[in-house]
Amino acid sequence: MLRFIVQRLLILPFLVLLFSVIVFWLVQAPPGDFLTSYVANLASSGSSIDAEQVEALKRQFGLDQPGYIQYWRWMESLSKGDLGLSLEYQRPNTELIGERLVLTIALALFAFVITWLFAIPAGIYSATHQNSWLDYVLTVLNYIGVATPNFMLALILMWLAFSYLGLSVTGLFSPEYIQAPWSWERVVDLMKHIWLPAIVLGVAGTARLTRVMRANLLDELNKPYVVTARAKGLSEWKVVFKYPVRLALNPLVSTIGWYLPQLFSGSLIVATVMNLPNIGPLLLRALTQQDMYLAGSILLIYCFLTIVGTLISDILLALLDPRIRMEGA
Amino acid sequence: MDKQQPLLSVKNLKTHFFMDEGVVKAVDGVTFDVQAGQVFGIVGESGCGKSVTMKAVLRLVDPPGRIVGGEIMLRRTNEDGSTNEAIDLVKLDANGKMMRDIRGAEIALIPQEPMASFSPVHTIGDQICEAIMLHQSVDKRAARKIALQMLKDVGIPIPEQRLDEYSWQLSGGLRQRAIIAMALSCNPRLLIADEPTTAVDVTTQAQVLRLLRRLQEQRNAAIIFITHDLGVIAQMADSVMVMYLGLVMEQGPVETIFHNAKHPYTQALLRSIPTVTMTPRVNLPTISGSIPHPFNKPKGCPFHPRCEKSIAGKCDARTPALQAAGERQWVSCFLYHDVEVSA
Repeated sequence: MLRFIVQRLLILPFLVLLFSVIVFWLVQAPPGDFLTSYVANLASSGSSIDAEQVEALKRQFGLDQPGYIQYWRWMESLSKGDLGLSLEYQRPNTELIGERLVLTIALALFAFVITWLFAIPAGIYSATHQNSWLDYVLTVLNYIGVATPNFMLALILMWLAFSYLGLSVTGLFSPEYIQAPWSWERVVDLMKHIWLPAIVLGVAGTARLTRVMRANLLDELNKPYVVTARAKGLSEWKVVFKYPVRLALNPLVSTIGWYLPQLFSGSLIVATVMNLPNIGPLLLRALTQQDMYLAGSILLIYCFLTIVGTLISDILLALLDPRIRMEGA
Repeated sequence: MDKQQPLLSVKNLKTHFFMDEGVVKAVDGVTFDVQAGQVFGIVGESGCGKSVTMKAVLRLVDPPGRIVGGEIMLRRTNEDGSTNEAIDLVKLDANGKMMRDIRGAEIALIPQEPMASFSPVHTIGDQICEAIMLHQSVDKRAARKIALQMLKDVGIPIPEQRLDEYSWQLSGGLRQRAIIAMALSCNPRLLIADEPTTAVDVTTQAQVLRLLRRLQEQRNAAIIFITHDLGVIAQMADSVMVMYLGLVMEQGPVETIFHNAKHPYTQALLRSIPTVTMTPRVNLPTISGSIPHPFNKPKGCPFHPRCEKSIAGKCDARTPALQAAGERQWVSCFLYHDVEVSA
């Protein structure tokens, strides 16, 4: 078990390195660079810039160098823990990404907790009371949950919260805390705002997870070991929770790793609609402006989180399932 | 019947499955007695209702199945060993405290597939100790001691190590022994073995059968032995019940059934067993036709469409009841009597 974790941790830097190459190549892939889009933007707003200035900027940003040198410079700064400079904002990327990343992770974790807190019990109930009226109600709700685009859900919930509860629900902070430094009051204020976007982001996942949990558990409930457990004289409640629920959870645990990046990228439209200061809109802007070091850094963080998430779910799965823990032992 | 009170007495048990397509009468009026210390075999083809009968006795019939009639009388034993009044299991709440106290402690199950019948994520020891702690007031350490002794009793080598292993780390034969150890861990007086040797090879099968027989004699437990293998029945059982499509065709002591079978179905089953004295390269006799779909059970005797001796106008119109035909032998066939099942 320990060997398994150490092995995975040793592979981690190599994976990140590999992803950094792919990410860099991807953000460089569109034709042109930051300056071409910068010039185009200036032109569309009526002003212009002479070729000499463009050349000067090009040299300043290192855009005149070949790709591998640019990559090397990026890597050099990365190895010092510096994500480079945003070409557009002319500020360090670390600063730009920092708080947004914290808020994004907080939001993702909240949505995740809401999803599991609701989906697992609902799935268990649906499976153990298959074809009961509440099972049918949950099934209908799940279909609605999966089918509703989350930005629309966001609009509806915002409208409801505003017109019936009188809550201002855009953003993650009240106006007075937006620029404030972190403090206990700011955290409380965040908690007051975060639940609505977390629900919006969690609904589709909850609906899917409920269905998967229901289906997994229905499969497990028909297995002979359940009959064996019942034949021992265990109460139905104990039978269900000790055996089939435990086994039905295993495949779900192995998907936790995919869940985090999915929430990050899935939140873009919701973040725009709800005016959330998270990382989605920043990435979109960086990509359209070809602000390559910013976009690359964000994507690389995504990759890193995906790898770490997968590692966490692998460890959890190994803890839960001895068949995986003892593989090859 | 014997003067001695039977341990388990099933009378006219009916278990039907209420499906969207219609009602499947999986068990449709089954009557039998199991004496203490006896091995009672139930034989029949797939779908004849033998497994449903066993599930009904354990009160583990899943919806849409339901016991719709009859009684299952179990004679209970007091702490001091004296016998108690019989209680009707059909009248108990299937998941109630009383039935749960009986399940595992007084009636235990040896399931069909030992691989699938253990949870793959719990150790063997955990699963055996769970049963022990449920029915006996002992702590974890004492339960482990009992479990260890059980594994020794069923002949599992290095039992201390096996207790902490998972079912998939054991060989097929060891798994089967472990399942038997678990079933026996609370000293049940009735064991229900549901085709316990179908999943293991022939050599292991012989070992497991001998083991079961020895443990049964040592503990004076009764076994209901369910199988489709007449050879196994001959080796194990004291009496036999032959089932077909939810009904009992014939019942009697094992010698009588093998040497003096009366029902045409039993006779046909026995003819289809290969023997060493047979001429080689000759097709085995088979029973013509196949088992009808449970939704269209034939009218009258369920076996009549496949029966060589069926009497036109009688067997296809009325269902014969199970009647005595000789000493301790019962048969439901109009060749021997004229009593039909009352509606």
